[in-house]
Amino acid sequence: MTFISNLINGISLGSVYAIIALGYTMVYGIAKMLNFAHGDVIMVGAYISFCVTTYLGFSPFVSVVISMIVCTILGIVIERLAYKPLRKASSLAVLITAIGVSYFLQNAALLIWGSAPKTFTSIVPFGSIALFNGQLIITAESIVTVLACILIMIALTLFTRKSKMGKGMRAVSEDKAAAELMGINVNVSISVTFAIGSALAAIAGVLLCSAYPVLIPTTGSMPGIKAFTAAVFGGIGSIPGAMLGGVLLGIIEIFSKSYISTNLSDAIVFAVLIIVLLIKPTGLLGKKITEKV
Amino acid sequence: MEKIKNLNKFTRTNIRAYGLIILAFIVLFPLQSTGIISNSISGQLVPICTYIVMAISLNLTVGFLGELSLGHAGFMSVGAFTGVITAICLQEVIPSAALRLLIAIIAGGIAAGVAGFLIGIPVLRLRGDYLAIVTLAFGEIIKNIINCLYVGVDSNGLHMSMTNAEALGMINGKLIINGPQGAVGITKIASFTAGILLILFALFIILNLVNSKSGRAVTAIRDNRIAAESVGISVTRYKLTAFIISAVLAGMAGALYAMNFSTIAAKKFDFNTSILILVFVVLGGMGNIVGSIVATALLYILPELLREYADYRMLIYAIVLILVMLLTNSEKAKQMRERFVYKWKKRLRKNNDQQEGLKNG
Amino acid sequence: MDRMVPVPSNAIVPERDLGRPPILETHHLGIDFGGLTAVDELSLTVGRTEIAGLIGPNGAGKTTVFNLLTNVYQPTRGAIMLDGKSTAKKTTAQVNRMGIARTFQNIRLFSNMSVLDNVKVGLHNSIHQNLAASVTHLFGYKKSEKKSREEALELLSFFHMEDLANKRAGSLPYGAQRRLEIVRALATHPGIILLDEPAAGMNPSETAELMENIRKIRDTFQIAVMLIEHDMNLVMNICEGICVLDHGKVIAKGTPEEIKSNPVVIEAYLGKKKGADEECSE
Repeated sequence: MTFISNLINGISLGSVYAIIALGYTMVYGIAKMLNFAHGDVIMVGAYISFCVTTYLGFSPFVSVVISMIVCTILGIVIERLAYKPLRKASSLAVLITAIGVSYFLQNAALLIWGSAPKTFTSIVPFGSIALFNGQLIITAESIVTVLACILIMIALTLFTRKSKMGKGMRAVSEDKAAAELMGINVNVSISVTFAIGSALAAIAGVLLCSAYPVLIPTTGSMPGIKAFTAAVFGGIGSIPGAMLGGVLLGIIEIFSKSYISTNLSDAIVFAVLIIVLLIKPTGLLGKKITEKV
Repeated sequence: MEKIKNLNKFTRTNIRAYGLIILAFIVLFPLQSTGIISNSISGQLVPICTYIVMAISLNLTVGFLGELSLGHAGFMSVGAFTGVITAICLQEVIPSAALRLLIAIIAGGIAAGVAGFLIGIPVLRLRGDYLAIVTLAFGEIIKNIINCLYVGVDSNGLHMSMTNAEALGMINGKLIINGPQGAVGITKIASFTAGILLILFALFIILNLVNSKSGRAVTAIRDNRIAAESVGISVTRYKLTAFIISAVLAGMAGALYAMNFSTIAAKKFDFNTSILILVFVVLGGMGNIVGSIVATALLYILPELLREYADYRMLIYAIVLILVMLLTNSEKAKQMRERFVYKWKKRLRKNNDQQEGLKNG
Repeated sequence: MDRMVPVPSNAIVPERDLGRPPILETHHLGIDFGGLTAVDELSLTVGRTEIAGLIGPNGAGKTTVFNLLTNVYQPTRGAIMLDGKSTAKKTTAQVNRMGIARTFQNIRLFSNMSVLDNVKVGLHNSIHQNLAASVTHLFGYKKSEKKSREEALELLSFFHMEDLANKRAGSLPYGAQRRLEIVRALATHPGIILLDEPAAGMNPSETAELMENIRKIRDTFQIAVMLIEHDMNLVMNICEGICVLDHGKVIAKGTPEEIKSNPVVIEAYLGKKKGADEECSE
C-alpha cells in the first residue's frame, strides 16, 4: 500500500514539475533560451494567490485566476523589457540576464512580503480520500494537481496543433526567419509563449504551495531547477517530453525519498538525469541534433 | 604607453594581469596589516581572492573552451572539504601553518581535479545546454552528498559515514565534517598573502596555457569544433584537459576559502554560487582574464558598498546586472555605441587637424 | 606496369603514379541516412600526386563523400584505404593524422584567432610540446613555438599571406579566408588534400590564380589533391581524373576528355544546360 501511496505522491509532485517544465520547454523551443527566472514567476504566482485569499478574502478559485493574470502580464513584461532587446545576442548574455531577472524577482518579493515564511492555505476545499480502511490516503490536492496537469497537457497539445496561433508558434520555433517570411508575427508568437508559460507557472505555484504550504521568496528556486531538469530529461523543446520528464522526476524523487534516503533524494534525481543524458544525449523525447558539415 | 603597444598581445595581457594583482597587494597589504581598512572589508580580502581564482578558472571553461558550466562551485566544494580534512589531519604533524595551508590547497586541487576527470569523461560528449544542465546536476549532487557526510579523525585514522556522527564509531576522535552543519573546528590559516599567491599561480597556469599548443587547440575547438577535428585535434582530450585544469584551480580556491572560516557548510557552494561566478566571467568578458579579475573585485564589493541601502542592495544589484547586460549586448545599444565612437573619433581627428594646422601655421 | 594495390578496372591514375600504391582508395563505399541512400557503390582510386575532380549536379552527394573520407560520417558499407591502411572506426582527428586534410564548402576557420594561430593549429600534431611545457612555458616551449612560428610563416608565404599573420582570421576578405583554409589543411602535412568548392565565389582572375596554386601545391608538396567544383573550366583544366556523381552513384569516371564526351554525363549534368559543351572545351 505504501508503494501505491508513494506512486500517487510521486505522480502528483511530478505533475507540478511537469506544469513548470512546460513553461521552460515552450520558451526554450521558441526563444532558444533558458529562462532561469521561470521558477521565480511560480513564487510570484503563489504570493499573489496568497494575498488575494488572505488579505482580500476572495475565493481560492478567483485567486488562481487573478494570479494567472498577474503572472501572464509579468511574463510578457519581462520578455519585452529584458529578453527582447537581446534576441540576437549570445545565449550566455540572455542567460545572465535571466539570472538577473530571477534575482530581481526574489529580492522584490523579499521587500514586499518579507523573509518570514507565509503559511499557504490550500486552494482545494476538499478533504483527503481514505481507501482500503484508511490504509491508502489520497489527498484532494494530488487529485486536483494530476487532473490540472492532464487538462493543461490536452489543452496545450490542441492549441499547438489546431489553432492558428499555436501553429505559428511551432513554425517560429522551427525557423524564425522562414516563419517571419510566411507572415507570422514572431514578436507576438514569442510574447504569447511567455504569457502561456507564466500563466502555467502561476497554476504550478498555487498547486505546489497547496501541497507544501511554506511560502518564502526562494520557494520557486528549487522546484524551478528541478522542473528545468525535468524539461531536459524529457527532451527540451518537446511538450510531451516535459510532461513525461516532470512526472518521472516526481516519481523518482518520492521513491528515493522513501526507499533510499531522504537526504540524498536530490542527488539521486540528478544522477538519474546524468545517466539518461549519457544514454540519450538529447533527453527521452528530444530530437536528435544533426550537424551539417 | 607606446612601448606597451608595441609588445605582443600575450606580453601585454601578462603585464596587465600580473601588474594589477601585484599592485593590489602592494596597496592593500600595508592597509590591512596596519588595520587602516575596516575589519569587515579586511575579512573580505581572502574571499575576493578565491572568487578571482574561481572566475579565472571558470573563464577557461566558458571563455576559452566555450562550454557553459553551471556547477563550478561543485569543484570548489570538493576542494574546500578535502582541504579542511587534510589540514585538520595534519594539525599535529605539521606545525607550520603556511606549509599546512599549502598541502591543504594542493590536496583540494587534486581532489577537485579527480572529480573533474570523473565528471568530464562522460559529460564532455554532450553539447551546449545539455552539458550545462549536467554540470548543474553535478554541483547539486556534490552539495547533497556532502550535506549527508560525516567525517571524523581519531588515533585509528579517518572515519566516514553517511548516516550520522555516532556511526563514525570514534574513540576520543575529532569530528571534521558534521553533516548539514558542514566542516567544523577549522583553524583559520588562510591569509591575504596566500590568496594573492594563489591568484598569481592561477594566472601563470591559465595565461601560459592560452598561449601554447594546448591552449590553441582548446580555442580552436571553441571556434569551430569540426574544423579542429579536421586538422587532427582530439576534441575529447583537450576538452578534458581544459575542464580538469579549471577544476583543479577551483578546488585550490575552495580549500583556501574554507581555511578562512572556522566552519563551512556545503550549502555555501550551491547553484547560486556557481551562477555568481559565471556572472563575474560574463561581465568581465569571455576569454578576458583581466576582465574577470576586475569584474569579480567590483561585483564582490558592490553589495558591500550598497550596505547602507540594506534591504534594497540585492535589488539594486539585480537591476545593475540586467542593465549592464542590456547595455553591452543589445542590438540598439551596440548601434548607439558605434555611432558615438564614430562621432568621437571624427571630433578627435578634427581637433588633431586643427592642432596640426596651428603648428604648421 | 604493375599495380601494387589492386585497382578497379575503370580507375584512372596518372601514368607517373602508376608504379606506386595509390594514396586513397575506396571500395564500394556507401552511406544511408535513415532510409535514404546518400552515396552508394563508390569505388575510387587516387594516385600519389594526382589532381582528381569530383563533380556532379547539386545534391549528388559530393560533400557527403568528403565527409565519409574524413570520417565525419561513418560509412554504412564499404571500405576506405588511406595510404594502404583502412580508416574504419577512426575518428576525424585520427584520419587527419593518417594523412588526409580538407577544406570546407562553407568556410570553417577559427575566426577569433589570428591567421598565424590558425596555421599553428594546423601544425598541432607536428609541434613537440607537452602539456607541462604548455602550462609552464618551460621544457622546450620557446624552441617549439619558434619552430612552429617559422613553419607557419613559411606556409603562409606560399600564398603570399605572411603580412596578414597577425590579423584576425574572421576579418580577412573572402578569398583570403579560402586560401587560409588551404594553408591550414596543408599544415597538417597530409598525403592528400580535399578541397570543397575552392573556387566558389571567386572571380575569373582569382580562379585562374587558384588553378595555378593547386598545381603548385601538388608540385611543391608532392601530394594528391581531390576537389569538388562547379566551375567546369577549372575542373577540365587541372584535373587528371574526374569522377561524376549523380544521386549518390558514380555515373562516369575518366580523363577530362572522356568525361566531356560521355553522353551519360552530358545527359545527367551538362546536357541540361545549353552550350555547356563550349564552356567545357575552353
